[in-house]
Amino acid sequence: MLRSLLPIVEHAVKGPVWDCQMCGQCVLHETGMTCPMTCPKTLRNGPCGGVAVDGACEVKPEMQCVWVKANHRAENLPLLPQSWRDEIGHLRAPVNNSLAGDSSWMNLVSGADRKTPTGWKGSE
Amino acid sequence: MGAFDELVVSRERPIVTAEFPSMDGGDLDTVAEAVDRFQPYVDAVNITDNPAAHAHASNVSMAIAVKQLGLEPIMQVVCRDKNRLAIQADVVGAQMHGVTSFCALTGDDVTAGDEPEARRVFDIDGPQLVSIMRTLSDGTYLSGRSLKHHRELLIGAVENPFAPPAHVRVRRARMKVDSGARFLQLQIGYEREKLEAFVEGCGDNGVCRDAAILPTVILTKSAGALRFMDSSVPGIHVPGDVIDRIASASDPLEESYQLAREQAAHALSLPGIAGIHITDFRHDDSVHRLVHDLRLGPAFSSEAGTTHTQTA
Repeated sequence: MLRSLLPIVEHAVKGPVWDCQMCGQCVLHETGMTCPMTCPKTLRNGPCGGVAVDGACEVKPEMQCVWVKANHRAENLPLLPQSWRDEIGHLRAPVNNSLAGDSSWMNLVSGADRKTPTGWKGSE
Repeated sequence: MGAFDELVVSRERPIVTAEFPSMDGGDLDTVAEAVDRFQPYVDAVNITDNPAAHAHASNVSMAIAVKQLGLEPIMQVVCRDKNRLAIQADVVGAQMHGVTSFCALTGDDVTAGDEPEARRVFDIDGPQLVSIMRTLSDGTYLSGRSLKHHRELLIGAVENPFAPPAHVRVRRARMKVDSGARFLQLQIGYEREKLEAFVEGCGDNGVCRDAAILPTVILTKSAGALRFMDSSVPGIHVPGDVIDRIASASDPLEESYQLAREQAAHALSLPGIAGIHITDFRHDDSVHRLVHDLRLGPAFSSEAGTTHTQTA
């Protein structure tokens, strides 16, 4: 019951505010409260090389690059803990596609959102 | 002296890499002709992976062919077209044929190409791909399953110092180096102050020490080529005064060469730069002329260390 209800509640809360894509492994706090899954390339680790000089997205020029926005917010949003501001520079693991559609809240509690493949080494 | 992987570590002399032409058919003789054009002048060539989201002969097939013909290939791998399984299979397969230098890119979007209806993949991104390549180099797949008889890989990546946010580019370069990149090839750009700021930042955070930074120098023929890059190639900005300089020149072809020569000399004058990467859209003898004028690359290896002090 909770497993089926929580994703609905989570999307109802996070969808309108952050355009949440329900990846099931939320990293909003690491990315200046900006959902990286709204990047057309779904990049989790910063802007690609295609960002225009004015900060526009390569794929959707009418949109500001998600990562330009994320970095600006991580540096400037009030009330963010310093650790959240710093985490934007950390290497995030590949998305676990099997968690898509799940409640990230549930995966946060269970630890499923932090489980990475055995061979994943991250960065030094 | 001269193997690309050794030079990345030793920096005995400036490294010269170049973009190998994409191919759309033909046979191994076609590849051999291109290898012959580059071999005396460069340390390695980039084997592109569907550049600008246009399909071409595959990166794996071209890298193997170039390796067998005696030139060092840097096999580019982009994240746009394949998921993590297919990408790992390509790297391991190429490695079985002796390809050991790889460069990880996020890749232009499908909308930049001639088949914008294609599904974009991006199952992983550029920095994650660097880390996965290191996992393969260390002997396992991402899953943890062991590889047999694996070889150590030389892993590289790219960065665009000319795209915003500028300070994030320096941090992102560090992230890629921390993930396993040992060389960084830079996007094409004409704004010297941005390159200088990027290289200075990479000096401060140790990237210049830990990875060989290779700015790209592009050989073009005309102002039209610069206008095309500015308007149509993602992530490339060509300032108006640069375009005007070529457009108003009495000999645009020669002025275009001089622009590239100055660009190369400026890049090489920056402390911490390990060499240059050349992209040739002229398809004449300009690569030869450029390395000769700057006395760079394997043909001038006996003059090691003399070029870093040249200025534009």
